[in-house]
Amino acid sequence: MIEIKDIYKTFGDNDVLKGISATFQTGKNNLIIGGSGSGKTTLLKCIVGLHEPTKGDVFFEEENFTDMDFEQRVPIRTQIGMLFQNSALFDSMTVEENIMFPLNLFTKQTKAEKLDRANFCLERVNLAGKNKLFPAELSGGMKKRVGIARAISMQPKYLFVDEPNSGLDPKTSILIDELIDELTKEYEITTVVVTHDMNSVMGIGDNIIFLHQGQKWWEGSNKEIAHTDNKELNDFVFASKFMQAAKSKL
Amino acid sequence: MFHSLGKYILLLRLSFRRPEKFKVYWAEVMREMVSVGIGSLGIISIISVFIGAATTIQVAFQLSSPLVPRSIAGSIARDSTILEFSPTISALVLAGRVGSSIASQIGTMRVTEQIDALEIMGVNAPGYLIAPKIIAGMAMVPLLVIVSIALGITGGYIACLASGDVTPADYLVGVHDGFDGLTVRVALVKAVVFGFIIASICAYQGFYTSGGALEVGQSATKGVVYSCVMILFADLVITRIML
Repeated sequence: MIEIKDIYKTFGDNDVLKGISATFQTGKNNLIIGGSGSGKTTLLKCIVGLHEPTKGDVFFEEENFTDMDFEQRVPIRTQIGMLFQNSALFDSMTVEENIMFPLNLFTKQTKAEKLDRANFCLERVNLAGKNKLFPAELSGGMKKRVGIARAISMQPKYLFVDEPNSGLDPKTSILIDELIDELTKEYEITTVVVTHDMNSVMGIGDNIIFLHQGQKWWEGSNKEIAHTDNKELNDFVFASKFMQAAKSKL
Repeated sequence: MFHSLGKYILLLRLSFRRPEKFKVYWAEVMREMVSVGIGSLGIISIISVFIGAATTIQVAFQLSSPLVPRSIAGSIARDSTILEFSPTISALVLAGRVGSSIASQIGTMRVTEQIDALEIMGVNAPGYLIAPKIIAGMAMVPLLVIVSIALGITGGYIACLASGDVTPADYLVGVHDGFDGLTVRVALVKAVVFGFIIASICAYQGFYTSGGALEVGQSATKGVVYSCVMILFADLVITRIML
């Protein structure tokens, strides 16, 4: 479980996050949604420690992550997997080397064990046999899947995903969402997904936080979102005619 | 300026924090050594031969008096090559070749979130990315300078053979006469310092890149320009202190 308490983040004169508190449950897909510039990615970066919050605390299972220095954070960070918006695979390494990279640094496994783990992760994301390819040789969807394979290589307790569907076709987007959902449920991972893809929201949103102007505007599940009377959320979720039509059938 | 200097010093401190796994870092150091050393050997060899040859011809031209022994051209060319041309010009060329590569590589990793990915994993990104490059720079630039000195003096010999301004025998006598080991020590100290300057300044510029492809290019340019200025400044300081 991850708990954030009263998170503020300011860049110069710009207050991006204004006192956000939330709890992200274990074994559930926790989605952070909101319009562009609402502070979704900033919040995610504050949670994982890429940005230091101006004020507020982040707790990983009761441990205050915000108060820790770099060395103290390492044990928690080895339990974190993250899929970046552009996958952030290491260009100079093959798919296999990308997946084995955290294993090389933080485990005492033999080379054969690491290779087995890499092959397992690749099979898990349906990319078996692609070990020797370089990131430049992969499609956008394949890069995302390798990113997921790398994120789960250390058997993380926490999975953070930033815009998993950006730049993907609808079919591949659904495959990625299903994969995230399966992994979350199968391994009891606390998953936090930043997205503005409505298919993801309706498909895998166990717990959804809607950010608006740097504040938490609404919280609920994908079942509740269709029946909310929150104006800003409705404007965001049902902005397209397709979603409006879908809502009328719900 | 003081803000940047502070950030630079803090980054260096982070770079030399205890590594997560020595073996992985050592492999990176070896890879960087190959990249800096073997990768730069060709260009350093070419410029060294030409600079050695040109220096010898110019010295011979300036010492045309019958009162000055012709062999002195060899001595002056040798000392100029060892003390100044090999370390400094090699370093300036390496700042362009190696420095721009370091800044653009790290800068690209920054803008494509690869550095964020390292940090999320719990890897000390400055240590993993910058320390091996600095160590490789400090180890390989002196070796390249030694090669450059040898080839520079050989270039002078070839120039004597080809031009006849100074006989090869006179040149060799000059090269041997009055050799002082201090000049080589000065050259090696300069090389170590220049290696550090190139790797650390360019890595700093790359590490704090923000934006996109345009900013990566700007970081590489800044890295090379600042490295060149600092190389020339360090050259002056070391020369003043050691000679």
